[in-house]
Amino acid sequence: MTRLTRRQFGSVALVSAVALGVPVYLRAQAKPRVVVVGGGAGGATAAHFLARDSAGAIDVTLIDNSDVHTTCFFSNLYLGGYRSFDSITHTYGRLEAEYGITKRTGRAIAIERDANTVVMEDGRRLEYDRLILSPGISFIWDSVPGYSREASKIAPHAWKAGPQTQLLKAKLDALEDGQNIVMVPPPNPYRCPPAPYERVSMMAHVLRSKGYRNSTITILDPKEKFSKQGLFQEGWENHYPGMIEWIGPGIHGGILSVDVEAGAVETDFDTFEGALLNIIPAQRAGGIAQVAGLTDDSGYCPVDADSMRSRMDRNIHVIGDAAIAGAMPKSAFAANSQARVVANHVLGELTGWKIFPAHYSNTCWSLIDADDAVKVGAEYEPRDGAIVSIHSVISQLQEDASLRKANYEEALGWYAGITADMFG
Amino acid sequence: MAAPKPRVKVPKTASAGDIITIKTLISHTMESGQRKDKDGKPIPRKIINKFTCEFNGQKVFECDLDPAISANPFFEFNAKVNESGAFKFTWVDDDGSVYSSESKIEVK
Repeated sequence: MTRLTRRQFGSVALVSAVALGVPVYLRAQAKPRVVVVGGGAGGATAAHFLARDSAGAIDVTLIDNSDVHTTCFFSNLYLGGYRSFDSITHTYGRLEAEYGITKRTGRAIAIERDANTVVMEDGRRLEYDRLILSPGISFIWDSVPGYSREASKIAPHAWKAGPQTQLLKAKLDALEDGQNIVMVPPPNPYRCPPAPYERVSMMAHVLRSKGYRNSTITILDPKEKFSKQGLFQEGWENHYPGMIEWIGPGIHGGILSVDVEAGAVETDFDTFEGALLNIIPAQRAGGIAQVAGLTDDSGYCPVDADSMRSRMDRNIHVIGDAAIAGAMPKSAFAANSQARVVANHVLGELTGWKIFPAHYSNTCWSLIDADDAVKVGAEYEPRDGAIVSIHSVISQLQEDASLRKANYEEALGWYAGITADMFG
Repeated sequence: MAAPKPRVKVPKTASAGDIITIKTLISHTMESGQRKDKDGKPIPRKIINKFTCEFNGQKVFECDLDPAISANPFFEFNAKVNESGAFKFTWVDDDGSVYSSESKIEVK
């Protein structure tokens, strides 16, 4: 028996007056099985929406290697002292208890595509009718010579939220006045384009809050320009004058090596020293996407613009940071938006529900200082096989403080919304 | 704020008659005098107003800087070297402070 909440009733009525809340089985023999790999903004949202909207008609399994998930988004606010670690850490309990999702904790290490089967590290094998892959990113460690997984224990990347984020926070909080920070941001394309610069803002906020006047933050960027650059640089001049120095490749001439023990980054121009190094290496799709042959030369996964369906395998959808989503940036908001499209698509294909035309959206908020948040956002649609921006907004220079404060409040509301989408 | 830190790149060696590339960067806010603080009061101008480069006591490059120049001024220029010696770089601040840096080069 399918129960229908009032909330579901509206969406069901929109979808189909005929199949009122009782999805039609196209496969008569058994419940269709959907396996979702990765419990972040893409995967958890997709699993949740599929389970909720299919109301038991689809068997949904979510694989993630942890029972808890610390969100990368808002982890900069944790660094800045605006959020506790607990407040950005969530569990999958409600997805299991209230939506009947089967949570499998462990690492998915391979996909036997011929057999439509996901293989887990502990030997478990999970068959699927559709696989939704949301594995996030993996690091190209040697993109910064001298950096490695081992080195990240001294100079954290903190680009996957969890212990790395806590390590960076501990090192930031331990700095004394006069000790410096050096950040090496990643080259494009990478997870969350404005985030390195929001992070610098939050680190500066912490240093200034402690009354430090002699510590500096140097950014040795492999990119000639970065997201919301004018807004960040204006904000840095206003809030942290003389504290933050951004140096592009035209000046530093290339990053030659990093020595995490010595706290030094050597560039063609000079060697920059810091008591705290934050090295964020180049990135590509999560390891399982590489192993399964779902990536192209870019290291990311090509997908169809209208459905996020893998161009390498028609039974697999790839969403989030691992996918090549045209004009969309790699962000939690984007992953969540793609997850909604894919959940609808998979539900339609497996149960006969109406499939709506894909429409995607994204907004990235960045906090520069207390109540001073800037944003960039856009709406996207598939056009001629590519996801393109159809409308966009971005904060302007010298905006009114009330507008910037409203941006921050908007971001708080978004966090509540997306985590409800992910964790029920 | 932290004291301005000059950084310089000069080749360690060159052949006589070589044209070498010199790069200099100094961390400095270059406060233009045009901005206002949160209370609406003008923030006083404080910029690096002059940069010079000398080689063995002889001036090889000099530049006046104006308020429109961005923070952390960067210079890249060429010099012809005929003999071993030392480059001396000097940045003069509006407040009278002088920041300097020296780099030796061996000419073979």
